[in-house]
Amino acid sequence: MKRYSAFAIAREALSNHMGWERAWAAPQPKASYDAIIIGAGGHGLATAYYLGKNFGITNVAILEKGWLGGGNTGRNTTIIRSNYLQDSSAAIYEKARSLYETLSQDLNYNAMFSPRGVMMLAQTHHEVRGYQRTAHANALQGVVTEFISPQRVKELCPILNIDGPRYPVLGALWQARGGTGRHDAVAWGYARACSAMGMDIIQNCEVKGITSANGVVTGVETTKGYIGTKKIGIVVAGHSGQVADMAGFRLPVEAVALQALVSEPIKPCMDVVVMANTVHGYMSQSDKGEMVIGGGTDGFNNFTQRGSFHHIEETLRALIETFPIISRLKMLRQWGGIVDMTGDRSPIISKTPVGNCFINCGWGTGGFKAIPGSGWAMAELMAKGEPGPLAAEFDMWRFKEGRFIDESVAAGVAH
Amino acid sequence: MLTLECPYCGVMADETELSPGYEAHLKRYGPGSSDEEFEAYMFARKNPKGVHFERWRHAYGCGKWFLAARDTATLEVFGTYPAQSSAPPQELQDKIKAKRPDWKGYK
Repeated sequence: MKRYSAFAIAREALSNHMGWERAWAAPQPKASYDAIIIGAGGHGLATAYYLGKNFGITNVAILEKGWLGGGNTGRNTTIIRSNYLQDSSAAIYEKARSLYETLSQDLNYNAMFSPRGVMMLAQTHHEVRGYQRTAHANALQGVVTEFISPQRVKELCPILNIDGPRYPVLGALWQARGGTGRHDAVAWGYARACSAMGMDIIQNCEVKGITSANGVVTGVETTKGYIGTKKIGIVVAGHSGQVADMAGFRLPVEAVALQALVSEPIKPCMDVVVMANTVHGYMSQSDKGEMVIGGGTDGFNNFTQRGSFHHIEETLRALIETFPIISRLKMLRQWGGIVDMTGDRSPIISKTPVGNCFINCGWGTGGFKAIPGSGWAMAELMAKGEPGPLAAEFDMWRFKEGRFIDESVAAGVAH
Repeated sequence: MLTLECPYCGVMADETELSPGYEAHLKRYGPGSSDEEFEAYMFARKNPKGVHFERWRHAYGCGKWFLAARDTATLEVFGTYPAQSSAPPQELQDKIKAKRPDWKGYK
């Protein structure tokens, strides 16, 4: 892999930019690998990357049904934060956030992490108490957040209407080191780094079955033939239940659609991320000037990657009340992704009833922010066969045993 | 937008008039059941990519709960039936089977 640098740009300029090599190879699958990751989205690629980087396991294939990063990695609103209430959540999301800070240098690929600050508005007294509690919890967890006044909210984001008729802003939970990243670049950067380590990223290769002998996985049946392996990591978000079915176990997840949309590009008008959970909408401005907007999930099981129009209307209604200046904006694009929701709205990073088969799923509506931490924890689980401290609490048996990581109660909404 | 016919009042109701209630025909387990049964009742959901039976409520209409058969991969609605049903009506199952020959059937 040729490194990207200012020098490389100068060098390539002399040869009319004809010397740039492909960012990652497009190999055919080998007969077998030490480990197979199913799913080449952010979480799958990050898992493979840290398997190689932290544990020296590089005889790895990453299988992707569609194209690299074409699922939820390319469909989210790119928000990165770690202001969670529960200790185990804060630990893994903060690990991810801290890895994002140096991800561009680590991968030699510009992931455009922009720590512009994330504020979560408190618009009811219940929310004020909830976020003050989260700020205290974060202080104990070593996550830097603070509860700020409405005046400070207005200073940080002048276009916000803090005196709304229904829900005036009563304060906000502010994480100055949260922000946004470039979602495609995260997938591409990990893919390039994995390919450079000799891993095979195989796109358009759908897994059709998982084979096992004596309760231990032996390989996968794919649209490109049978591939043997010693270990499998299932990292497929929306279709986790379907792939788990192939391995022969059930997951406590349901797939629903989550939509997002962007406006036409306008001049820079907000340089923070704002989340308004009571009215349920969140917004930031992309580097291109588009307002990037998201809301809540649709309310029924859905695998179509498109959602219901009235949910978009609800989200925009909420945001127009919060940001009156966007009322005349035209919306350019709208899309949906299929998110896998668990009972406690926290992810699963776990061993499974099948030997050497591991699963990383259930990130629901908040997976992008977790990609580096999730990959880090999943790689440790796959390499050692036992979860490390980051993943230990996120096993799939916690539902049976009542050990919930109950962020749905903590956040009150999808998070 | 989904449109479901309320089997009680006969109204063809848009999704905005309805509240979703997720999986239908759950068997309820309580005290005396095994941990596995209780866990499955609480958390394990069918989540199929294809034919799914679910609960809906005609929230902004007659207020009644009812059940619907729907394809989660295409959003096609096969039909609706009263909530007082322990299984989908045979007629509806036959209709689904005719449209989806690969469907493995209810349960």
